[in-house]
Amino acid sequence: MAEYPTPTSEQEFHANFAQLKPRMNSSEALFESSRCLFCFDAPCIQACPSGIDIPQFIRQINSGNDTGAARTIYEANYFGNACGKVCPTEVLCEGACVYNLQDVKPIEIGRLQSFATRKAIEEEKPLFTPGIPNGRKVAIIGAGPAGISCACELRALGYEVDVFEAKAQPSGLTVYGVAPYKITNEEVIAEMNYLQQQFGYSVTYNAPISSRADLQKLEEKYDAIFLGIGLGRTNALRLPGEERENCVGAVEFIEQLRMNHHATAVGRKVIVLGGGNTAMDAASESSRMGADSVILAYRRGKEDMGAYEFEYDLAKGVGVKGLFHVAPIEIVGNGKVEGVKFIRTALHEGQVQPVPGSEFIEPCDMVIKATGQAKQTQFLSLIPGLEVDGKGRIVADERTGQTTNPRYFTSGDARNGGAEVVNAAAEAKAAARGIHEYLKTRS
Amino acid sequence: MPDLSINFAGIKSPNPFWLASAPPTNSGYQVMKAFDAGWGGAVWKTLGVPVVNVSSRYGSVNYRDKRMMGFNNIELISDRPLADNLREIEEVKKRFPNHAVIASLMVQSRQEWHDIVRQSQEAGADGIELNFGCPHGMCERGMGSAVGQEPDVLQTIVEWVMEVAKIPVIVKLTPNISDITEPAMAARRGGADAISLINTIQSIVGVDLDLFAPYPIVDGKGSNGGYCGPAVKPIALNMLKNCAQHPDVRLPISGIGGIETWRDAVEHILLGASSVQVCTAAMHYGFGIIREMTSGLEQYMTDKGFNTIYDFVGKALPNVLPWEDLNMKYKVTANIHEEKCIGCQLCYTACEDGAHQAIKLNAGTRVPEIIEANCVGCNLCSLVCPVEDCITMDRQDDGTAHLTWKERTEANDIPTEFNDEKAGGRHHWVPEPAAALGKEKHKTLPGKARQFEKITVTE
Repeated sequence: MAEYPTPTSEQEFHANFAQLKPRMNSSEALFESSRCLFCFDAPCIQACPSGIDIPQFIRQINSGNDTGAARTIYEANYFGNACGKVCPTEVLCEGACVYNLQDVKPIEIGRLQSFATRKAIEEEKPLFTPGIPNGRKVAIIGAGPAGISCACELRALGYEVDVFEAKAQPSGLTVYGVAPYKITNEEVIAEMNYLQQQFGYSVTYNAPISSRADLQKLEEKYDAIFLGIGLGRTNALRLPGEERENCVGAVEFIEQLRMNHHATAVGRKVIVLGGGNTAMDAASESSRMGADSVILAYRRGKEDMGAYEFEYDLAKGVGVKGLFHVAPIEIVGNGKVEGVKFIRTALHEGQVQPVPGSEFIEPCDMVIKATGQAKQTQFLSLIPGLEVDGKGRIVADERTGQTTNPRYFTSGDARNGGAEVVNAAAEAKAAARGIHEYLKTRS
Repeated sequence: MPDLSINFAGIKSPNPFWLASAPPTNSGYQVMKAFDAGWGGAVWKTLGVPVVNVSSRYGSVNYRDKRMMGFNNIELISDRPLADNLREIEEVKKRFPNHAVIASLMVQSRQEWHDIVRQSQEAGADGIELNFGCPHGMCERGMGSAVGQEPDVLQTIVEWVMEVAKIPVIVKLTPNISDITEPAMAARRGGADAISLINTIQSIVGVDLDLFAPYPIVDGKGSNGGYCGPAVKPIALNMLKNCAQHPDVRLPISGIGGIETWRDAVEHILLGASSVQVCTAAMHYGFGIIREMTSGLEQYMTDKGFNTIYDFVGKALPNVLPWEDLNMKYKVTANIHEEKCIGCQLCYTACEDGAHQAIKLNAGTRVPEIIEANCVGCNLCSLVCPVEDCITMDRQDDGTAHLTWKERTEANDIPTEFNDEKAGGRHHWVPEPAAALGKEKHKTLPGKARQFEKITVTE
C-alpha cells in the first residue's frame, strides 16, 4: 500500500511535497528569534560555509529590522533564501547551536533566514546596486549557485557580467536538482529575479558553451571567464540491461520531477541504487509520487551510507525500505525494467566482496540510479592549460578560485566535486574577489 | 495545611491576595467572579465624582517575545455613578461576607470625604483605601499623587477621613516622590490604620516610531501614564522595605507592584507586606492566576514550616542593611562548571566588555576560564549564563573576618584623596588601553568581515 496517493494535479503534488521548512509567520519569527542566546563568536557562524553573521540577523529580526536581517544574510550569501531552505542545517548552523549541548531544541536558523529574505524579495527591498563600472568584462558559464553568486559579487565590484546558461532557467540544481519538498520552483526563481534586478548582469538561456569555438569567442571578448559548470549526468553503472526502459539516473529523474511535477511518471515498485543524499531524495520523491513500494539498495551497511542521517530518516519516514549489503549485477526485464538482480555482499578485509551463490532478483518496474554525477572532463579538456585532479575536479587556488589557466576561475561542484548550494555560493563569492584581485593588477 | 488567612489592620480575608483598585474591580460582576475564582479580597475601582475617559488607555512594554513586562494606563477613577458602585458593593458583601471588600476613594473637599466614607461604610465595605497615588489625570485636578506628594495635605485629608471612619483606613502611596517614608509617616500622623504601596509610576512606556507619539495614542497624541506590571516590582520592593524598616511608620503594609506569581507575593511579604495587591497580572491572564498563587504560597509555607502568613512577614528585613554595614571581608569568585557549559561565551564577553576582564578563552575549547586573580565577584557572568548552576559564585574567605565600610571609616581606614593608596582598585590588574584595539575583531565582526579579511580590495 502506497504511503501517498499518486498526485494528479498541481495541488495534490504540493500536498505530497509539503515544504519541510515551511515559511514562518511573523509571530513565529519573533518567538524563535527571542530564543537566540546571541553567543559570542557564535558556533553557528563558524559552521556556516558562507559565514553568515547569524546572531546579528536573528537580532535584527527580533528588533523588527527584517530588511537589515536580509542585508546581513545577502552580504554573506547571495542564495540567502535558497540556503535557508535547502541547506543541511542539521549538520551546519543548527547542528552547531549551543542549545544542542543543553538538550534544548536548536534555533531554527534556516527558517529564520528564509523569513527575512523572502520578505525582502516579496517587498522588493533594494539592498544592492552595481559598483561603478570599471570597464572590464567577465563571462560566466553556468547560472547555478556558483555562477550567479560570482555574477552578483563581480557586478558589485563594477564588472560587466554576462552569464551563459545551457538550460532555460537560472539557479542550477536549486531548481533542477533539489527535492521539491525542500524548496519550490517559484521561490527559487523569485530570488534569482530579485538578484538580477539589483545587480543587472545579463543571462543568456539555452546557450550551452560546448565547443572550443564557443570558448574562443569568450576568451576574445572577456577579461576573465568563470566556470560554474557543476557536474554532468548520472554516472553509468555499466551493468547489463541498464538501457532498459524505466532505468533512469537520479539527477535526470529529479529534474523531470522539478519541471513536470505530477506529470512525472513513477513506477509502482521502485528500486533506488545508491547511499548518498541524492539517493535519499530520489527514494523519498518516488514514495511521495505514490509508488507502492520503494527500496533503497546499497552495497554496504546503513551506517556506511554517505547520506546524512536525517536524510535517511526522512526517507524512512515516507515508507522507504532499506536493502543493505547488496550489489546490483543486472537490470532484468523484457524491454522494460522488471527487476534488479542483486548479489549479496560481505566485507572481506575491508573490501566489499560478493557472496558467491547469493544472487536474487528483486522485482520492480523502475530503477533509479543515484550513483553519482559524471565530471565534465571532455568539456574541460577544451580549455588550454586547465588541469583537473584524479577525481576529475578542476584544480584551482583555494582562496581565489583561479585555475591553472590564469584567465579561468571556478568554484562550486565543478571544483569541489559536488557539495551544497551554500558551498558554491560562498566559494564563488571568494572567486569573484579572486578575479578582481587578478584583473586589477593587469593593465 | 498552612493557614493563608489574614487580619490586615482589622480587615479579614481568607488569603492575602487582593485585587488592587483598578479595571479588574470596576464592577460587582468582576469582583464576584474574582472571589468565585479564589481571590481573598478586592479594592474597588476608585470611587469619587465619576470621570469621563479617553479611548485608547493602555500601553505596554514588551521584552523580546514577552508581552506586558511593563504596563501603563491613562485611565482615570471609576466612570460609573457612585450609587451603582455602592449597590454592587453591598451585593458582593452579602454574597461573600468573609471576603474583603475595600472601597478606594478619591474626592476633594472635606464634606465630600465625609459623605463618601459614610456611604462606603453603609454599603458594607470592610475598609477604605485612600487613593493618593494616581499619577495622571487626577493629579492635575489636585487629587491622587498630588496629595501623595504633599505630606501635610495628605495628613489633613487622612484626619478628615478619620473624623467619620468606623472601618480600617488604608492610605495608598505614590512612588512618584523621593522619599516614600515621608507620606507614610504623614499617614500615620493623620491616624490611618495601614498603608498600601506602590501606586503606579509616572511613565511614558514607548513612542510610536511612525506616528512620533507616545503610547497609548489618543488621536495622534499621548500623555504620561501610570507604570506597573512585572517591571516595577524592584521599585516596589525597595519602597516597601523603606516603609517597613522605618521606626516611625509602624503600620501594616499592603504590598503592590509587579506581583504575578506566588514568588513575587512571598518577596513582598518577606519585606514586610501582610497583604498583597495584584492588578496587571489579572489584566493579562484573568482571575484564574489566583490558583497558582495560592497553591505556590501554600506549598512554600508547608516546605518552610510556616503556619501563618505572620510567620514570615518581614522575615527578610533584618538582612536588608545600609551599604556601609555590609561585610567587606566577604569574597566570592566565579566558578564555571565545565561539564555544564554549552560554550555560548556570553560570560566571557560580558566580563571582558562589561566588567573586569576576569575571563579568558583558551584555544581548542569553547569553555571559558576564570582568571581568579581578576575576579571581583560581581556576579555578572553567573547572571548572563543561560545554564542553571553552570557558573556558581563560590565563597573564598573563611568567614571569620568581618569589616564594614562604617568600621573602616571610624578607623580612618578609607581612601580620602584622589590618588589614595587605599583605592579599592589600586592593585587590581587592568589591561593596557591599546591592547583593546583589533582584539578579537574577527570574532566580534563575524560573517562577511571574517570571510573576506584576507582578500583586501583596493579600488
